[in-house]
Amino acid sequence: MTHTPPFRLAKGGRLIDRAFQIPFRFDGRHLRGVQGDTLASALLANGQMLMGRSFKYHRPRGPIASGAEEPNALFGLGQGGRFEPNQRATTTLLTHGMVLRSQNCWPSLDADIGAVNNWLSPMLPAGFYYKTFIHPRPFWKHLFEPIIRRSAGLGRAPTDPDPDRYEQAYAHVDLVVVGGGIAGLRAARDAAEDGQKVLVLEQEAVWGGRTPVDHKDGPAAIARLLDDLRARQNVTLRRNTMATGLYDHGYLLAREALADHDPNAGIPRQRLWRIRARRIITATGALERPLAFACNDVPGVMLASAVRDFLVNHAIAPGQRIVVVTNNDDAYRTALTAAAEGLEVTVIDARDQADGDLPQAARARNIPVLTGTGIAKVKGSRHVEGVVLCAQDGDGKPTGGIDCDVVAMSGGWSPVVHLYSHCGGRLIWDDARAMFRPDPDRPPLGADGQGNVTAVGAANGDLRCAGDLERAEAATMPVWCMPKDAPYRLRAKMWLDYQNDVKVTDVQLAAREGYASVEHTKRYTTLGMATDQGKISNINGLAVLSTALDQPIPQTGTTTFRPPYTPLTLATIAADARGDAFQPLRKTAMHEWHERHGASWEPVGHWRRPYSYPRAGEDRHSAINREILAVRKSVGTLDASTLGKIIVKGPDAGRFLDMMYTNMMSSLPVGKCRYGLMCGENGFLMDDGVVARLSDDTWLCHTTTGGADRIHGHMEDWLQCEWWDWQVYTANLTEQYAQIAVAGPKARELLDRLPGSIDVSQDALPFMQWAEGDIAGIPARIYRISFSGELSYEIAVPAGRGLELWDRLHEAGRDLGITPYGTEAMHVMRAEKGFIMIGDETDGTIIPQDLGLGWAISKKKSDYIGKRAQSRSFMKDRTRWQLVGIESLDDRVIPDGAYAVDEGTNANGQRKTQGRVTSSYHSPTLDRPIAMGLVRHGPERMGQILEFPMPSGEVLKARICDPVFYDKEGSRLNG
Amino acid sequence: MAEALASVVRVEGLGMIAIRADLSRAGDAIAGAAGLAIPDVTRHTTDGSRTLGWMSPDELLLILPAQELPEALSALDQALTGEHALVVDVSDARAVFDVLGPHAGDVIAKLSPADLDALPSDGLRRSRAAQTAVALWRIEGGMRLIGFRSTADYLGLILRNAAIPGSRLAPR
Amino acid sequence: MLILTCPYCGVAAEETELQPGGEAHLKRVGPEGSDDELEGYLFARKNPKGVHFERWRHAYGCGKWFLAARDTATLQVYGTYKAQTTHPPADVVSEIRKSRPDWQPDWTQAE
Repeated sequence: MTHTPPFRLAKGGRLIDRAFQIPFRFDGRHLRGVQGDTLASALLANGQMLMGRSFKYHRPRGPIASGAEEPNALFGLGQGGRFEPNQRATTTLLTHGMVLRSQNCWPSLDADIGAVNNWLSPMLPAGFYYKTFIHPRPFWKHLFEPIIRRSAGLGRAPTDPDPDRYEQAYAHVDLVVVGGGIAGLRAARDAAEDGQKVLVLEQEAVWGGRTPVDHKDGPAAIARLLDDLRARQNVTLRRNTMATGLYDHGYLLAREALADHDPNAGIPRQRLWRIRARRIITATGALERPLAFACNDVPGVMLASAVRDFLVNHAIAPGQRIVVVTNNDDAYRTALTAAAEGLEVTVIDARDQADGDLPQAARARNIPVLTGTGIAKVKGSRHVEGVVLCAQDGDGKPTGGIDCDVVAMSGGWSPVVHLYSHCGGRLIWDDARAMFRPDPDRPPLGADGQGNVTAVGAANGDLRCAGDLERAEAATMPVWCMPKDAPYRLRAKMWLDYQNDVKVTDVQLAAREGYASVEHTKRYTTLGMATDQGKISNINGLAVLSTALDQPIPQTGTTTFRPPYTPLTLATIAADARGDAFQPLRKTAMHEWHERHGASWEPVGHWRRPYSYPRAGEDRHSAINREILAVRKSVGTLDASTLGKIIVKGPDAGRFLDMMYTNMMSSLPVGKCRYGLMCGENGFLMDDGVVARLSDDTWLCHTTTGGADRIHGHMEDWLQCEWWDWQVYTANLTEQYAQIAVAGPKARELLDRLPGSIDVSQDALPFMQWAEGDIAGIPARIYRISFSGELSYEIAVPAGRGLELWDRLHEAGRDLGITPYGTEAMHVMRAEKGFIMIGDETDGTIIPQDLGLGWAISKKKSDYIGKRAQSRSFMKDRTRWQLVGIESLDDRVIPDGAYAVDEGTNANGQRKTQGRVTSSYHSPTLDRPIAMGLVRHGPERMGQILEFPMPSGEVLKARICDPVFYDKEGSRLNG
Repeated sequence: MAEALASVVRVEGLGMIAIRADLSRAGDAIAGAAGLAIPDVTRHTTDGSRTLGWMSPDELLLILPAQELPEALSALDQALTGEHALVVDVSDARAVFDVLGPHAGDVIAKLSPADLDALPSDGLRRSRAAQTAVALWRIEGGMRLIGFRSTADYLGLILRNAAIPGSRLAPR
Repeated sequence: MLILTCPYCGVAAEETELQPGGEAHLKRVGPEGSDDELEGYLFARKNPKGVHFERWRHAYGCGKWFLAARDTATLQVYGTYKAQTTHPPADVVSEIRKSRPDWQPDWTQAE
């Protein structure tokens, strides 16, 4: 039997408008559909039933379904940056000029070489990969893995950046109803009448779900409900919005398609809704199940509901002679619909009796109905050509045959329970209706411990939820295998999971091999692991497993449903967070100046700090050397604005800071500065910085750049949660001030050139003091502190005037060769001076004592954060690695992080170690490599040689030395 | 081309003072010096020119024209003499944006998990806009947000992105 | 994603506005503490399936640390309360008992 036109019926089509023709391309062919077509209906209208190849065996496949559950008809859609793989033909609306590419086939959909797997299929059973690619081991990396990788994955990942915009939005409602069918709309109306704020989400572009297709008066009933809801202020109706996942405390994620069908509209393509609902109603309907009979995957075998949908919604006749095969009454609707369109129909009913309203209506229309009958086998390979009939209660002995071009199958319906299950709602097996449905006694719970999700309508197992529109129906008879006692050769051709090619025999094999858990069977056979996540295969699969294990279905249970319901693109999840909006970049007041002057940036947290300022023709290394020499010889400026600045004030502020820092801050005189160390309760160093006492009850604490928010939070934590009776207030003023370090022997001369009220002379402002006043007309506080070892002033001014001061300094210092320097010059200079850097010399396991900073630990204080932990035995262990300088024996810089080896090997056969390099640079000041590191007994081993083996096999040698490489006597500090 | 949902305007010229104190004890003194009543929890008070916002159980934010700042600082300092309190100028640490237009609420709803329907006319909500902290409240014709100075470019960008033409939240 | 109500400002904040801070009601061990006490303080943390007391900071809000009594299995929130207390308050305890009558506090009120 051949598949012949016309495929589009002469009239009808609820969702199409024939007046608007839409051209599109499919694998290079130019085709036409009409407005309102999905890709699937448009292709069917063109006689194209073959729409894909299965993943494993590359079997030819047509569409099975008409909605989100479709496993076969997946395409690569669009071109360039808009290319998307695995788009479902049944839910994607056709748009003008659309470009469709078939997947998982080569060289073409019609002539696919991978189909050889189909002939090999007896050799590729469940677990084939697990069993085959284990031995011999060396084959894995070079043979097996590359082969598997090449054949893995369905569809091709796009390579170009996505040109579309995406966004997200929050919504807060009393009730969200998921599903705009009759049950959802009624539930929404009831809640709206109570005055609740209601949001209704519908995944399709049209409202009503199955009701308008299944019931003559359905469209009118839906229209009435919509009119009622639209008139209400407290109801929002949102179409094209797919609820993808339900999470804790009533948090629902949904994707709204705004311009999927019109990429040039200039508006966001999709919007991710983050919905907070007090209560959720799932009215998500039910999905029809296939029947397991031999060759139930031949193109032309479709779900009965899909055949009906294509007829009613798109006026598509998928074939001219239709065999409906069913175990329930609902499928008779398809028979009646097809007959009404003049198609030839026969019904095969597995049940011994079929006397409900619908079967009787079918007989009344002279539709042949064969009861107690099943399909032994579908004939045809690339398209259905007919069916071989048999008794359902038998082993498949042929009892006759029917020529046909479409098989419309119905194995019953499964409620869509995904959202209900996503955050803990339990299911129960309803034996009478042969389905898992939500257990109303064990719903997902909200923050108050009460159930917050209710399932209604078909989603709750009530398949006849259209109320007075319904007709009496007889019970569904579970059919998990057709015929019941089918032999192996038939079972080996019964598909359960179409996309991943899992058959009845695969699940039975898994059971025989001991996979008793449904979760294990899923992974072993890949049942339900494809992009459709087993929407139509799940129940059939676990029913087969239960039969094989000879146990009831509830005992087997079901696999866990997890979000998302249908795939969500990464672009939608990222929403607006891309490009410059990817993350907040923190910029100082001088950021643009740095940019204009060619700064190469270093990310420090969210800040961007100038790493160095390479000039034209200069590489970063020579720029850094130039900057350092300028500071050492004349004067340079560093943007230090990112350093944390926290005000601590109150009668108990001194006492509090004595707890925060290892050294004494309460004794710091007003007007002076002190370097302080901060540890955690575990004793390890967490931050450092200079503290200035501003007044009797006020201190200003500088933190590292990355530490400002963390240290402020740390202080508030102790104040709020431990010493809440202490009178201390803190404020994080990091962003209030721009801070500029002016460093170098000419620093004082430079500042003297600017007008101002602050005397920066050695006598008026000695090292480790601060002064307040104005400079260049700007209110300022100047700290005499130095991280470079040079004469240095750090000037803090209101951030809004930071750039002004920076400019004034550079104007005034032009003839001095004033040079902006970046973080790397700062790092090298501090290393030349042997100053530690949090994050270089520390790594969360280092205590101040390791770094020779014992002087900064108060012996007088009875307590500080970390004190107790620092007295643990291993903290006092004299073999802890300690800070020393390390000088290379030749002119090579030892790599940062290099380990110094010791004699002997450890339990793993590795060389023992006795130290490591924590900072390592070429010093332009000394014109030789310098390094710091932590070495066992280091300070007692001055002059000894360490060996650092390199990955190349070469061994670098270096001598232990004092960590202060430059100006040991500190004479440069005062200029 | 449709219009943007709202206009996004960076507001300059505002002074801001953070005040930390025991509000039950020092409230009257602060109110006197600020010239505004102490706001209730998560509310603000305003006279059209100055705004006093509740930030935390022991923290208020006074927003006022920049030229009034020095005087207000010393008034507060004076009023709180002898009181355990912290009064600091934070004007330069902040960036202020107005989002103006009938759909300003849509712009905020795209960026912040705060429920604007639950925000009273004098409500002040501290929350976040995408990845940065903000405080927001209603002003005539729209919303005002304060964020941090260092991320002002980011805040401006995400607000403008959220306001792009044709992206209203009402179903189409 | 959790919603917790900040007891200081009354805002029902979602998890992204909050910063988690681990187990609540830890007792600080200072310089006088024994090695065992210190070990408990630094490292031993409860990980119950059921009632748990946690620290949270309303970080994108009023900035205050608060405490929450929560069920780690059902995610029910029994209550949130201010951090300035050494034990959960009585009303929170009675709220827990309503859902979990068998639950026993591991402290004595006299402490």
